[in-house]
Amino acid sequence: MSKNRTWFQVVFAVAPIIVSLAITSALILTVNADPIAVFQSEWNGAFRSPTVFAGVINFWMPLALCSMGLIVTFTAGLWNIGVEGQIGMGAVFATWAALFVTLPQPAQIALEIALGFLGGALWGALVGFLKTQLGVHEIFGGVALNSLANVITIYLVTGPWSPPGGASKQSTAPFVTNALLPQISADFPVSLLMLILTFAAIIGVILILRGTRWGLQLKATGKNARSALLLGVPTTRSAISALMVCGGLAGIAGAFRVLFVYQSLRTLVSGGIGFLALLVVLLVAVRALWAPLIALIFALFLGGSTRLKIELGLDESLVGVLQGLIVLLVLLASGLRQRLSERDSGRGDLAGRPYEQPISAEQQEAVPHE
Amino acid sequence: MSDALINTLASVVANATPLVIAGLGETINERAGVINLSLDGSLALSAMFGFVAAQASGNLVVGLLAAAITGAIIALIVAVAGIELRQDQVAIGFVLTLLCADLAQFLGQSVAHTRPVVEMLNVPIPILSNIPVVGTILFNQDIMVYFSYILIFGTWYVLFHTRIGLAHRAVGERPEAAFARGTNVNRLRYVCTAIGGALVGIAGAAYSLGTKPGWTNPPVMQGDGWIALAIVIFGGWHPFRVVLGAYLFSGLRALSSAIQRTPSLNIPLVLLNGLPWVLMILTLVLVSSGVIERLLSVLPRPLQKWTRNFLRSDPPAALGTRFDPEAK
Amino acid sequence: MDIELRHIHKHFGPVHANNDISFTVKGGRIVGVLGENGAGKSTLMKILSGYQPADSGDILLDGVRAAYHRPEAAIAAGIGMLQQDPLDIPAFTVLENLVYGQPGGLFLSRKNAQKQLGDLCGRFGFALDADAPIVSLSIGQRQQLEIVRLLALGIKTLILDEPTTGISAEQKDILFDALRKLSKNEGMSVLLVSHKLEDVIALCDEVVVLRAGKLVGDAQMPVTKAELVRLMFGQELAPQTRAQVPLGQTVVSFDKVTLRGKRVTVENFALDIRAGEVIGLAGLDGSGQELIARACAGLIKPQHGTIRIAGKNMAGKPYRDFLRSGVAFGAAGRLEEGLIAGLTLTEHIALTSSDEALVNWPRARDLTETQLKLYNVRGRSTDTIERLSGGNQQRVLMALLPQKPVLLALEQPTRGLDVDSARWIWQQLLARRASGTAILFTSPDLDELVAYSDRILVLYAGKVYEIADAGATTIDELGHLIGGDFQKAAP
Repeated sequence: MSKNRTWFQVVFAVAPIIVSLAITSALILTVNADPIAVFQSEWNGAFRSPTVFAGVINFWMPLALCSMGLIVTFTAGLWNIGVEGQIGMGAVFATWAALFVTLPQPAQIALEIALGFLGGALWGALVGFLKTQLGVHEIFGGVALNSLANVITIYLVTGPWSPPGGASKQSTAPFVTNALLPQISADFPVSLLMLILTFAAIIGVILILRGTRWGLQLKATGKNARSALLLGVPTTRSAISALMVCGGLAGIAGAFRVLFVYQSLRTLVSGGIGFLALLVVLLVAVRALWAPLIALIFALFLGGSTRLKIELGLDESLVGVLQGLIVLLVLLASGLRQRLSERDSGRGDLAGRPYEQPISAEQQEAVPHE
Repeated sequence: MSDALINTLASVVANATPLVIAGLGETINERAGVINLSLDGSLALSAMFGFVAAQASGNLVVGLLAAAITGAIIALIVAVAGIELRQDQVAIGFVLTLLCADLAQFLGQSVAHTRPVVEMLNVPIPILSNIPVVGTILFNQDIMVYFSYILIFGTWYVLFHTRIGLAHRAVGERPEAAFARGTNVNRLRYVCTAIGGALVGIAGAAYSLGTKPGWTNPPVMQGDGWIALAIVIFGGWHPFRVVLGAYLFSGLRALSSAIQRTPSLNIPLVLLNGLPWVLMILTLVLVSSGVIERLLSVLPRPLQKWTRNFLRSDPPAALGTRFDPEAK
Repeated sequence: MDIELRHIHKHFGPVHANNDISFTVKGGRIVGVLGENGAGKSTLMKILSGYQPADSGDILLDGVRAAYHRPEAAIAAGIGMLQQDPLDIPAFTVLENLVYGQPGGLFLSRKNAQKQLGDLCGRFGFALDADAPIVSLSIGQRQQLEIVRLLALGIKTLILDEPTTGISAEQKDILFDALRKLSKNEGMSVLLVSHKLEDVIALCDEVVVLRAGKLVGDAQMPVTKAELVRLMFGQELAPQTRAQVPLGQTVVSFDKVTLRGKRVTVENFALDIRAGEVIGLAGLDGSGQELIARACAGLIKPQHGTIRIAGKNMAGKPYRDFLRSGVAFGAAGRLEEGLIAGLTLTEHIALTSSDEALVNWPRARDLTETQLKLYNVRGRSTDTIERLSGGNQQRVLMALLPQKPVLLALEQPTRGLDVDSARWIWQQLLARRASGTAILFTSPDLDELVAYSDRILVLYAGKVYEIADAGATTIDELGHLIGGDFQKAAP
């Protein structure tokens, strides 16, 4: 029996990935390319050189930051699709300091990072305000604010913040060196500060969710906001603060993108990292320990894909397809596994509680907030 | 009325059509209790497949069919995952949004920016199109627009005046009660989801074969899927109001592009692109219950009931939930 | 129609909900199915009406073995059930509800449906407006609609599950008249599931009694109440004694308060609640009593007026401020409002037991163990709350309420509990009351209101009638009052 169980687990863990790879291979064949060559290029791509690997790390750090932020919002029961816009606003706020403030470097960078956090947190708070005060679901608030952040960025880089004499370029002038995050070395261009911040965020989120009252309140709000309110949890504050923390972490990620990766503000600064982080968190079913690891695997995929276009003439969206497929199939497989194991053990979740009324549909009204 | 204005209004109607069809499609599956969040991706993927199929066959109908099938399959993935595999419909829908958008981009590379071989032409309806003003605005359009008219009244009639409509609404409102009356709840949900998804697919083709012929990267309809989802909420899940929302949005877009063409107004062009999103939030605020209550408390009494009925937007009570007949 | 049940068994996990049940119901008879909550009577009726399959056993209809596993098949076989919470669709109108489920073509005939509704309503004195939305109806009216619907489908046996909870005395009279007509004139067999002895005595020709899943007795009426009690519980119940508690000062006072709900508005409401007082709120579902209970705790904000707690106006303040001032609220649905499915018992205790920024898990676990013992909860501290039975969940909820609140505002505190659990809950409540806590509660159960209240406020369509001495009122008087008959009761 237990041997069977192990088999069962292994099959359901591996099958979605194999099927995703198979479907992706088929897709590659439809555009007349060789799947083996693609996967080889992917595999070699990420570890080609320290510089390329540094690129992977530089992609991983903001992805991990956003993933940890999303762990916080998912714990509070919130679909923070607005994380993309929160990255963007973090980038915008940090850019302001980079362009218009001159301080000694440590103070300069501290200010930029702090403003990045603030920008993301404010954009997150706006989602929370719309949800709790005006009844706009966070998915719609988030989608709208993503687009608005994008519009604001385009406005700034083409208007007030456009480089002198070059308004057609879709970015600001490059920042001065004093405003940039320093790299560890020229051979391994990674920001040490960002590395420290990322690990601090990973450990911090895990500890806070496990050990603090705030973390417990978020969990209670996420599972049942009505009950949580009656048990004395400030549910509105929980929701908004969760969105602010996530927004803040995403804002730091955005600041990093402009202060290190691009060294200027440009449109679509997030590069889809926010949505990718949502996929990561869905894939790990909101388990905080796994998120950074899966984020790293996703970063490796993307790191390898940068040469797909050059070497094989394939669109980078292929990696997005593969990632989307894996997440979709993992979710479907986990559903299938639950179904099958339920069938094994007889009746489902109602077993043993015969006199409980199932929650009637009419009692599930919108989530109240104070 | 000036010709320019009439032409603008006619293009408002034409440009609203994909949103009308997608909004009604989503209304159909949400009324049955299934939420298909993937619209922004499925519009793109079905638009791309529709365009590819029309290019390859040289036949518009084949293109529409390919798009409809694409949309239906995506919607059915959401339904199977939600009903059979007990996954969160929102999560599956979100993943599909991203996956379909990437798939469309990847598979559409070869046809991107190619010239359409077939085009949807305007077909003036005899007699009706001769009516002054209205005729030009409503009845000198392409077949997708006429299809949307039939769809609007068809959806409304089936939902509210037929036996199937009763069952359809009941499975979204109170599946236990539908089950007790002999309705096969989950089967009906699958059917409604497939129909809703097929309509979303056709809406996708209404872009790539109709209003914005061709396939581009990034796709022209990017973001419209979200607008369509918001319109369903604004429309209170009622076909007529959903359609009203679609025309409002299209009208606002026409207005903002008219402003862009007016240099004397000193508004930065790019900021106008944010207008639809601001409007989307405003409409959702307007129909949220808390805001309606606050609004009612300042209105004079005779207006209260009317306002409440007009703005009221209660989602189907069982939206996004599972129904397991054996768990009763 | 004659119905015969033979050796019906039904298990839910480890619980043997129906254990070898056999009895016969003759056509034209009204049979009471008695038993306390959890005795297995609802399960048995769901088997009979096709909502659940039996594990084993047979159902014979007019001597022929019936095999159906779905409600619509049971209806086709002639058996229809009126659920305690009528299974209608709230978003529909009366007419739509009637028509939905009837055979027929694609298109609806409004004329036929209207005629059918008019005919059936006329026969039983029901008053139903064809175009009224279901949400605007009272439970009594929704029951009438369900009966009309089932009759229109041609049923020959009607099962009613606790139909007298939450309806007025007038509606009860209309219902009972209709049932008598159906059985005497039309030969319909009627099964009345109830734990209310008065109803069974008033209506039934015979009774069967279930206890812990088994059929423990049957009798031809008339039978005295005492005998029925003995059949139901296996012993005589000691009468509840009411301890007199001296009332203290006014702790909560409403003045000129207007509360607006979705269906009803309570206007110009005034009430002084004194320490140690128990106030019952009576009324049909949605008459405004839940507005008052929720307003006490700040969960509904008044449109006008003041709500003072210990002299301080709290109107418009959030629930947490009320909680800090000593008002706690308990909602009717335990797992929807009150407890959090997915959280363990320890997490529940940790959430409510301290204000420190860091959670002290060892201490929370110890505290949970202590509380579980104190409140006699069957469950472990590491269990998630939804794994507990309803009675144990209610005990946990008691443990989570503040120890010495100024006021407890409770919605249907014993909903869905068996007699023992309900009594235990009231022991706990009365113990807190003895230490000065005031209690305000709503209940659809008139017995409960009369048994425990010092004062009863009756609500009808937002209007309030006060019974200053609850001990002096009767169930019958209260039944008329909740139907809005304030004049008749006024002395």
